[in-house]
Amino acid sequence: MNASPTTWLRLSALAIGVSCTTAALAETITIGTVNNGDMIRMQALSSEFEAANPGIELDWVILEENVLRQRLTTDIAANSGQFDVMTIGMYETPIWGANGWLEPMDNLPASYDEDDLFPSVKAGLSADGQLYALPFYGESSMTYYRTDLFEDAGLSMPAAPTWDQVREFAVALHDPSNEQYGICLRGKAGWGENMALVSTMVNAFGGSWFDMDWNAQLETDEWKSAVNFYVDLLGNYGPPGASSNGFNENLALFNTGKCGMWIDATVAGSFVTDDSQSNVADSVGFAAAPSQVTEKGSGWLWAWALAIPVSSDQKDAAQKFVTWATSKEYSALVADRHGIAAIPPGTRVSTYENQDYLDAAEFASMTLTQMRKANPDDSTLEPSPYTGVQFVAIPGFSGFGTTVGQQISGALAGSSTVDRALANANTVVNREMRRAGYQD
Amino acid sequence: MKLHTEKVVKLTLVTIVSWLVAALIFFPIFWMILTSFKTELNAFSSPPSLFFWPTLENYFVVFERSDYLRYAFNSVVISFVSSILAMFIGIPAAYSMAFFPTKRTQGVLLWMLSTKMLPPVGVLVPIYLLARDASLLDTRTGLVIIYTLINLPIVIWMIYTYFKDVPKDILEACRMDGASLWQEIRHVLVPITMGGLSSTFLLSLILSWNEAFWSLNLTASQAAPLTALIASYSSPEGLFWAKLSAASTLAVAPILVFGWISQKQLVRGLTFGAVK
Repeated sequence: MNASPTTWLRLSALAIGVSCTTAALAETITIGTVNNGDMIRMQALSSEFEAANPGIELDWVILEENVLRQRLTTDIAANSGQFDVMTIGMYETPIWGANGWLEPMDNLPASYDEDDLFPSVKAGLSADGQLYALPFYGESSMTYYRTDLFEDAGLSMPAAPTWDQVREFAVALHDPSNEQYGICLRGKAGWGENMALVSTMVNAFGGSWFDMDWNAQLETDEWKSAVNFYVDLLGNYGPPGASSNGFNENLALFNTGKCGMWIDATVAGSFVTDDSQSNVADSVGFAAAPSQVTEKGSGWLWAWALAIPVSSDQKDAAQKFVTWATSKEYSALVADRHGIAAIPPGTRVSTYENQDYLDAAEFASMTLTQMRKANPDDSTLEPSPYTGVQFVAIPGFSGFGTTVGQQISGALAGSSTVDRALANANTVVNREMRRAGYQD
Repeated sequence: MKLHTEKVVKLTLVTIVSWLVAALIFFPIFWMILTSFKTELNAFSSPPSLFFWPTLENYFVVFERSDYLRYAFNSVVISFVSSILAMFIGIPAAYSMAFFPTKRTQGVLLWMLSTKMLPPVGVLVPIYLLARDASLLDTRTGLVIIYTLINLPIVIWMIYTYFKDVPKDILEACRMDGASLWQEIRHVLVPITMGGLSSTFLLSLILSWNEAFWSLNLTASQAAPLTALIASYSSPEGLFWAKLSAASTLAVAPILVFGWISQKQLVRGLTFGAVK
């Protein structure tokens, strides 16, 4: 009570000292991510991680997908260490990993059960057999269809339809005067937008991006028949303005009951069956992504994964977080807080061995079938030199893939013919491949 | 009588056209505000719905998920400080160019403007590296420096044109009365051109407020302004228009209010030269 001013001074100095030590002990890790539903849940649940790891604080940077990619590339290239955890996909991981930009994912604890990860997903996130990112959620593609409309029209969807069958159904269901369109597909230009779907169609029609000598194959009969089929199907039996529709636009169209069928990412299963955002939640059926001359590569494979850049100053803390966010323990936490159907899909085999999950998520068994079918190392009928189902895992692909996407989107919008679009696209791809040194 | 009717018709026509132009310009903002009160499903509906049950859900989501006040604080600090700095450098620069021109003044003015002709992405890497080495990445100071430099050419140009309109005799008269340089600028020049200076300040403020390229590239979590908040609501897999609209509405609200308050100054400044 009678403390002298000197005592107060000493006490406050002590207090400042203590608070400084605490501040120095707390590590802040910065996580760059995108605004997808599963990531939003992760952000909300991360307070649990902070509570369990008192020394670690999390800072979130949420950006638009392309901006995030550009930021991460600049950050890694300039070695500025602004991010400790990055959300990247199956396209970048092997390329960045091989460049030595990412920390190898070694020394994972036994409880993490690395062997539980889908082998195809693990392979897609590795370079030369070394894992460089841990999968947060994975997806393939599948066919969503309206069971009520099929019943009314006396149609029946096989478990694994062909593109010809899909076209027949689309013709039967197309009723534009009532704003009812036979099929909704991606039309918006982009390597990850329309080209994801078109590449799987080309695979199903027996084509591939390159032959074994890295010559572009875009003017082959397989590409021509696949792209003509796509333009005819979506142009005649799709919604108006389809060339500007991406995943989100089609999701909205399907959820408002305007599409008879929709072929897109398996992750949409939880959106179309959620009655808070879908008007047709009770009447959605699931089938495999259509095949044609082959089933190989007919459904894509993608995963959003968490990686640690070599420029990070807090690698240990980052590793702790990445391991936690992709663990079984995290899945259990999500199930507890948001219901079992909300578990991040497509990464762990054990998720699909859980009967409760299969019962709660009606799209789960089809997701599993499609995830098992997709193989990024063997996705084309004829042998091809690249990995990736709906993309080619080489650095230039995001550039020329988008150019090809623009050509095809133009053909869909009617501003060019399919033959001309493919001829232009073929020239561009060959030029880029020559520049990058793949061709002599 | 005929003349009078003609006048009325002309006035009515001009009024209608101005309202139409104003409505056209305001429509996107109106639509954004409307969308922010819709559900995600409603926001996507086609044909777009004009009548619907409004919901505040999107605003709750934005406040719950993001630290809006931190983003807003960063925006306010960065844009005000950089605009004030630009004015402090711009006024003396424009003063010397307007009242004591040399044979190189025109060239210097044009050279300054030419820096605006380079696409920002062209200098992204050097500036990023400079910012990294100076430890200015993800700091408000870093953005203040960049924004001041970006806006300086426009600020100097605008102030220069306002100063050019001031008769030299007035300044000479006050010099004759023994005013120092500081007094001349502070008590004569600035009050005469107040309208122009205010509108220059406001323009610089709005440009800094809306700048997205550098703010997205040079910040991460600590110094991110409202433009980064808006960008964070776009989603590759999930519906986001309504939430994005709510975030955008919250981002434009402060500057809209500020613009409203300073409307008088702005209009006076912009028409300053015309009515002289």
